[in-house]
Amino acid sequence: MLEKTLNGSKWYWRWIILLLALMGVGFASYMLQLNQGLAVTGLSRDVSWGLYIAQLTFLVGVAASAVMVVLPYYLHNVKVFGRLTVFGEFLAVAAVIMCGLFVIVDIGKPARLLNIMLYPSPNSILFWDMVVLNGYLLLNILIGWNVLDAERKSVAPPGWVKPLIYLSIPWAISIHTVTAFLYSGLPGKHYWLTAIMAARFLASAFAAGPALLILLCFLLRRVSKFDAGDEAIRRLSVIVTYAMAVTVFFVGLEFFTAFYSQVPGHMHALEYLFVGYQGKGNLVPFMWTFAFLAVVALVLLLNPKTREKENTLKIACAAVFISLWIEKGLGLVIAGYIPNAFEQVVEYVPTAPELMITIGIWATGAFVLTLLYKIAVSVKEESELSIYSARYARVKPVGITVSQDSGKTGGM
Amino acid sequence: MKMHRRNFLRIGGACALGLGFLPAVKVLAGSDLSKVMADPKALTGKKWGMVIDMKKCWEQGRKNCDDCITACHKVHNVPDIGNIKEEIKWIWTEPFENTFPEFKHAYMAEAIKGKPFTVMCNHCDNAPCTRVCPTKATYKRKDGIVVMDYHRCIGCRYCMAGCPFGARSFNFRDPRPFIAEINKEYPTREKGVVEKCNFCEERLAFGQLPACVEACQEKALIFGDLADPNSEVRKVLSSNYSIRRKPELGTEPKIYYLV
Repeated sequence: MLEKTLNGSKWYWRWIILLLALMGVGFASYMLQLNQGLAVTGLSRDVSWGLYIAQLTFLVGVAASAVMVVLPYYLHNVKVFGRLTVFGEFLAVAAVIMCGLFVIVDIGKPARLLNIMLYPSPNSILFWDMVVLNGYLLLNILIGWNVLDAERKSVAPPGWVKPLIYLSIPWAISIHTVTAFLYSGLPGKHYWLTAIMAARFLASAFAAGPALLILLCFLLRRVSKFDAGDEAIRRLSVIVTYAMAVTVFFVGLEFFTAFYSQVPGHMHALEYLFVGYQGKGNLVPFMWTFAFLAVVALVLLLNPKTREKENTLKIACAAVFISLWIEKGLGLVIAGYIPNAFEQVVEYVPTAPELMITIGIWATGAFVLTLLYKIAVSVKEESELSIYSARYARVKPVGITVSQDSGKTGGM
Repeated sequence: MKMHRRNFLRIGGACALGLGFLPAVKVLAGSDLSKVMADPKALTGKKWGMVIDMKKCWEQGRKNCDDCITACHKVHNVPDIGNIKEEIKWIWTEPFENTFPEFKHAYMAEAIKGKPFTVMCNHCDNAPCTRVCPTKATYKRKDGIVVMDYHRCIGCRYCMAGCPFGARSFNFRDPRPFIAEINKEYPTREKGVVEKCNFCEERLAFGQLPACVEACQEKALIFGDLADPNSEVRKVLSSNYSIRRKPELGTEPKIYYLV
C-alpha cells in the first residue's frame, strides 16, 4: 500500500516538501543541541523540563484519543465510526512517534537511551511510560495497517486483529494514566501532586484528540474524495463537548482545593500561571488565552446550533485544541517547577533552537500523518468507488452480460 | 551431517535456555564477597548522616566563610559555569526563609532572619530520586549514601523533578573548560549527565572524612553513623533540638540542622 504515497497532486507534493524543509531545519538545530548540549535550550537547574516534555505530555493525549472512535465502534456498534477508526489509529501512530522523538531530544545522553531497556527499573514511571508508549505504537500500526489492507482486498481483517483491537482500548487509557503518574507521584511538586491528574489528562485528551480529528475530517473532505460523513462528525463533536466540559470542571476543582484550603504550596503555581508570583508571570497571557478559548469553545459546543454548523464547529474545535495545548502543553509542566525547592522563581523561556527542534518534530508528525492518511484515503476512495460501480453494475439493463459476477466487482 | 529443522530448533532452544539461566546461576551461586579488597582504614557505617550546627558557623566562623563549599567543589571537580541557570553545585547556602519556608513568619528573631544555611543532598532514607530513575544510575548504597553512576545516567532529569530539595545539578554543557584546577583523583563529568553531593564516598573508602567536614575549622559539620548510638552525630542529636528540611514529605532526610 506504500506506493500510494508516491502519487499525489501538486499541492500534496508542495506540502510534503514544506514538511521536509521544516524537518531539515529541526534536524540541523538538533545537531547544534547534540554538539553544544542542552545549554542551547532555555532549560535550567530549576526548570529542568520544558517545551519538549510538555509536547510529549500533550501528544500522549492526542494518541490516546484514538480510543474515542475505536471504543464506540467496536464496543457499542456505532457504525458511522467504522470509516474513521483507521484515521484515529493512524493519528495515534503519528502522535506516538512524535512523543518518542520528544523524549530523544530531551535527554542529555541520547546515545545511552537503551540503558532504559538494559537496566529495566520497574520502580520508575518513565520505564513504564516507555513500555506502554512503544506497545501502543505497535498495536496501532498492526491494527490500522491490517484493517486497511483487508479493506483494500475486500476481505475481513485477519482473526488475530480483533483481540488486539480490544487490547488497544484499555491500552490507550494506560498510556495517559502512566504519563500522568510521571507527574502526580513526586513529593514536593505541589502543582503536580494531585490525585485527579490522570483523570484530568484523560478528559483533556478526549477533548483535544477528537477535536483535531474533526478538523482533519473537514480537511480530508476538501482535499480528497473521502467524506467521514456528517453523522460521524456530529457524534465526535458530542464527545468533544462532554470531554471539554469535564476538563474545565477538573481545572476548576484544582482551583477550589488550592484557594479554599489556602495552603500556600497549592496556591503558588496557580498564582504564577494566572496572575504572576513574586512579580514574575511569563505564562499569564498564555493562561488567559487558554481561559478565553476554553470559554469560547464551551459556548460554541454546548449550543447545539453552533455545534452542528460547520464553521462554528471548526472554530470550536480549533479553540479546544489550542487551549488544551496551552494548559497541558505549556502551563502544566512549567508551573510544576515554580516556585523551586527554595521558593524562588526562575522563569523559563524556550530558545530559538529549542523552538526549531519542536517545530521540526511537529513537522515529522505531520509528515507521518500525511503519508498514512494518503494511503488510507486512497484505499477508501478505491474501495468506495468500486462499491458504487458494483451497485451501478447491478442496476444496469439485464441485456448486458455483467450480471454473472456483478456482486463481486467490489473484490477487484 | 544433515540436521533437521526440528532438531536445530531444539538445540537452539536449549542453548537459549542455558543463557537465560546464567544470570540466575550467578545470583544463586555467587557470593557476597566483594571482588576488590576494601581498604582496612575505610570508614564503614550503616546509615551515614550529618548534623550541621549553623550557630557555630555564624558565631565562630569568619565572615562569609565558604571553606566547606570551596573544599568540596575543588575535590569533586565541580565547574564554575558562572550562570545561574546552568549552575552546578554540591553544597551551597540559602537564606533561612528559603531553606525552611514553612518556618518563616513576620516576627522572626533578628538572629535568624536571612541567615545562610548550608544545604546539600539530604541522602534521604526514602529517596524519591532513586525511585524515579529509569536506569538505576542513581541508587542508595547499603551505608545509606545516595550516589550517582555518571556512566549510566541518560540525562532524562527525572531525578531533578523528583528531588524536593533542589539538590541536583545537570551538565547543560561540557563542564571541563569551567574547572579551574582538575583534581585527578576524582572523575570529571561530561555534558548531559546529572550530578550531586556523594557524601565523599570516595574519601570514606580510604578512611577520610568528607571534604566539607574536614575543611570546617569550627567543626560545624558533624558526620557519622546514625545507626550507631555511640556516634558523635547521635550524641549531638540526643542532646540538642534539631530540624530537617521538609520532613512532612516522608523522604527521611539524613541532614539535621541545629539552630
